[in-house]
Amino acid sequence: MARQEMARILQNECIALDTYSLWLDCPALAREAQPGQFVHVLCGEKTLRRPISICHADALLGRITLVYAVHGEGTAWLSRCLRGQQLDVLGPLGNGFPVLEKPARLLVVGGGIGVPPLLDCSLRCGAKSVDAVLGFRTQAQCILEAEFERKCASVTICTEDGSYGVPGRVTAPMEALLQQGGYSAVYACGPVPMLNAVVQTVAKYGVPCQISLEERMGCGVGACLVCAAKIRRTGTEDYLRVCKEGPVFNAEEVVFE
Amino acid sequence: MNLLNVSLCGVDFKNPVITASGTYGFGKDYTDFFPLERLGGISCKGMTLLPRLGNPPPRIAETASGILNSVGLQNPGVAHFIREDLPWLLAQNTVAIANAAGSTLEDYVQNVEQLAQSGVHMIELNISCPNVREGGVAFGTSCANVEKTVMAVKKVCGAKPLIVKLSPNVTSIVEIARAAESAGADALSLINTITGMKIDVETHRPILRNNTGGLSGAAVLPVAVRMVWEVRRAVSLPIIGMGGVTKWQDAAELILAGADAIQIGTACFTNPMAPLEIIDGLEAWAERECCGNISELSGQVRAW
Ligand SMILES: Cc1cc2nc3c(=O)[nH]c(=O)nc-3n(C[C@H](O)[C@H](O)[C@H](O)COP(=O)(O)OP(=O)(O)OC[C@H]3O[C@@H](n4cnc5c(N)ncnc54)[C@H](O)[C@@H]3O)c2cc1C
Ligand SMILES: Cc1cc2nc3c(=O)[nH]c(=O)nc-3n(C[C@H](O)[C@H](O)[C@H](O)COP(=O)(O)O)c2cc1C
Ligand code: FES
Repeated sequence: MARQEMARILQNECIALDTYSLWLDCPALAREAQPGQFVHVLCGEKTLRRPISICHADALLGRITLVYAVHGEGTAWLSRCLRGQQLDVLGPLGNGFPVLEKPARLLVVGGGIGVPPLLDCSLRCGAKSVDAVLGFRTQAQCILEAEFERKCASVTICTEDGSYGVPGRVTAPMEALLQQGGYSAVYACGPVPMLNAVVQTVAKYGVPCQISLEERMGCGVGACLVCAAKIRRTGTEDYLRVCKEGPVFNAEEVVFE
Repeated sequence: MNLLNVSLCGVDFKNPVITASGTYGFGKDYTDFFPLERLGGISCKGMTLLPRLGNPPPRIAETASGILNSVGLQNPGVAHFIREDLPWLLAQNTVAIANAAGSTLEDYVQNVEQLAQSGVHMIELNISCPNVREGGVAFGTSCANVEKTVMAVKKVCGAKPLIVKLSPNVTSIVEIARAAESAGADALSLINTITGMKIDVETHRPILRNNTGGLSGAAVLPVAVRMVWEVRRAVSLPIIGMGGVTKWQDAAELILAGADAIQIGTACFTNPMAPLEIIDGLEAWAERECCGNISELSGQVRAW
């Protein structure tokens, strides 16, 4: 169930270039959150809320962590918020990453600010073990390496400029892992060109793939139809709602435009 | 008698607060926040005779105190709406208003014909959608077209009250309102969105994939108040005012300008509780004004 909570900020700190980690005290939301779901955050006087993925939900402590990049006015406002301040959030929203039918090996592939929603997949999606391939533009933007290390069997970091980890994009190290076989699913989130490349590569290995999409949003709850993603199901193309049927979709059904 | 009860065209509303077409779906997506029966009514997403895919994304852009949208009437078609969505809505104990659009006169007539035989309480004729290439706003911007469309639709409306929703993108909304009244409209609703555009100065691209879209939200309130005030003085039909209502004071402005009921759209994106807060605010206001019913305040602006 989605709810509106006034969440107290426990921490809002810069963890990488223009990237912040925000801890919120919101017990009900933390209890219900599933990996891949998001919250819709009111940013000051802005008319539109900003959708931000839930990076980590701790049901016991009653808090969630969001990791966000400063992009425009809304996220810049968010970055100036201080500990103790209240944030108006709606959530948990959307359809997250599915729980695996049986415990098996999972491969998660993230690009840039698409990395955070994948963190909890290792805990909450019923995987036996998780390997992570995480791509960033440059070392200064690398985030969450230690957090993934704690939860995954292996973590491969790539940077496009070669300043850290494996030089280049995520596709090559990802393909090397897929060649070893044994994965029952790939979960991915990141910029569209990356997702497109990931989906094409994964398809060669016949592994089911789920991807999380982004689209500009209005209501965030399914009512206004502005967050359209083109999805092909049973032969027909339709615009589905990223905030309701998504943000996570079966990669085979997504029509990249 | 309840302070907020209003009656429009013989339909009783428990309060004059209705959620606006296209912003609230069929209500179902908002049930997590409060019981829909608290609302005066719900105006549903615009329906066309046949399903429509809508425009490619991005379909929304933020502007100063408002938004632009270019959804383009994505909907599953009127028959699907009547079969799948309406029965649920009719069980919610609030007034159900269908919003009907079309791209040809024939579409409008067949669409409304089906709605007239359904259980909806009222029909809102959308001759003012700025986001579809054919039809929509074209039906609402010339008096001759408005008359022709409203007359044809009214013939198949049966006993259902027909609300005609007006576009602000016209030279004289008063002339259009008069045309709708003379053609048989039972009520008017205004305003639909104002056509606008936003450009990303780095990429030189409009934000909306459709290039242009409809402006709504707080930014449009003064335009809506002015238009309701002008139309109130020109026609005697009930008026449902909307455009930029985010708090009870905005709703009160529209009522003083001449609205009998109001709709809330964009405000729910910012605050899903906005309709309830506005209902409570209006009730307290009516009480302070010492009137027996809020309808006594309609049109009571003391214009200079
Ligand atoms: C389901 C989902 C999950 C997301 N998770 C995260 C996350 O975990 N961390 C993170 O940093 N970012 C995330 N984003 C992207 C984030 O929503 C945008 O970066 C943010 O809305 C930008 O707002 P702004 O005011 O800073 O930018 P502006 O450009 O000033 O925003 C203007 C408008 O465009 C919208 N907008 C701009 N870029 C995007 C975008 N990429 N996606 C959706 N709306 C956009 C804004 O919401 C706002 O309505 C997510 C987006 C979606 C749809
Ligand atoms: C996303 C969106 C979709 C809309 N769809 C419709 C529609 O299908 N039919 C219609 O008559 N008006 C539609 N409208 C217009 C609203 O019903 C309303 O007239 C307008 O938004 C002004 O009110 P507001 O400022 O309170 O939002 C839409 C508005 C928005 C923002
Ligand atoms: S943002 Fe309104 S339907 Fe998705």
